[in-house]
Amino acid sequence: MIEFTLDRGSGVSTYLQLVHQVKQALRLGTLRPGDQLPTARQVVESLAINPNTVLKAYRELEREGLVEGRPGMGTFVRQGVAGATLAEHTRLRRALEAWVRDARAAGLDQEDLRALFAVVLADAAKEGVA
Amino acid sequence: MSPGLEVTGPRRAPALEVTGLGVRYRRTWALRDCSLSVPKGSVAALVGPNGAGKTTLMHAAVGLLRPALGGVRVAGEAAFVAQDKPLYESFTVAEMLVFGRRTNTRWDGAAAADRLAGLGIPPGRKVGALSGGQRAQVAVTLALACRPDLLVLDEPLANLDPLARHDVMRSIMAEVAERELTVLLSSHVVSDLEETCDWLVVLNGGRLQVSGDIEELLDGHLVLTGPDGASAAGTRVVGASRTGRQVTMLVRGAPPLDPRWQARRPGLEELVMGYLRSPESAALPGLAGVGA
Repeated sequence: MIEFTLDRGSGVSTYLQLVHQVKQALRLGTLRPGDQLPTARQVVESLAINPNTVLKAYRELEREGLVEGRPGMGTFVRQGVAGATLAEHTRLRRALEAWVRDARAAGLDQEDLRALFAVVLADAAKEGVA
Repeated sequence: MSPGLEVTGPRRAPALEVTGLGVRYRRTWALRDCSLSVPKGSVAALVGPNGAGKTTLMHAAVGLLRPALGGVRVAGEAAFVAQDKPLYESFTVAEMLVFGRRTNTRWDGAAAADRLAGLGIPPGRKVGALSGGQRAQVAVTLALACRPDLLVLDEPLANLDPLARHDVMRSIMAEVAERELTVLLSSHVVSDLEETCDWLVVLNGGRLQVSGDIEELLDGHLVLTGPDGASAAGTRVVGASRTGRQVTMLVRGAPPLDPRWQARRPGLEELVMGYLRSPESAALPGLAGVGA
């Protein structure tokens, strides 16, 4: 089961942080189809946040088709979510690692890498590639 | 970003409705012309400087005082925890529970005992020997044992260390997750309320300044930073501050057209401070008036 954390100084609203963490866990395979998300009460008892915030995050994930609420049982990751991308993960990660090594050898530091990656990602989004 | 400027009213049925409330102590008005409604199931933050009328509003909500004007309606039963958390020092925790059972018609003693056991508070311990955090937990437990529909807490986190504050909020939030409980709590530390509250009520000098859903309020406001002289036409200015040639403003509405502004969503604390510094501004349901 996923355990949520909260970055209180991040400026990102709490419900979005929960949404992002579920998506991240789905991408990395730590959450898989059929897995149950913690109940609102469980999240609230560990993070001291408003239960409505948890419900709002789960509603958003449900709206995006990633999870489903089963009345009286809880919220579960839907079948067939994230499977395809996960299979490609290893190959893409290797390619990215090679790119990072290459960039470091060319003298770029951590900040340069981040900036470059963000720019390429933003350009790709504009051109409709990503 | 929300399309309109109006802060919409509650869609859920109200747990607390205050209409035209006015409370006077001798010749001074502690509260004037106060109308608000808090929807069921919300956790409402009541904020404002000392003397703003927070305690007066809470006393009126739980029927501890008779208003000079207007009225208060609570859907169901209300329970109140005063700021000094009145408990009998020489009583043990178990004796406080017996006292609670004898003085209340609605009383869930089993739930209260379970709750205290879960918090690791020994029933045989004298109240006077408890830590500040434990006293707060006992006071909240006694209030919850009355099975209230509305729980009103006056500065529940005052004088508690960060860990105890977190623990008290955790246990209140857990109760809200379990059943339809509405909470109204006052604090002057806004950062304590950021993750726990979903409704905001701001009082200032005995007048209501803000009442609304926190997410909607934050979505409906912007913090603008730009050069002095940039045009903020099309927005409604809540408050502005100048440092040299730079202006920072809290505004309501869509981002202004002038490209020299940098716009971002405010944090809860910025929103509250912005209003408190501009007592003539208001964000109330059905009321568009914002002073500039």
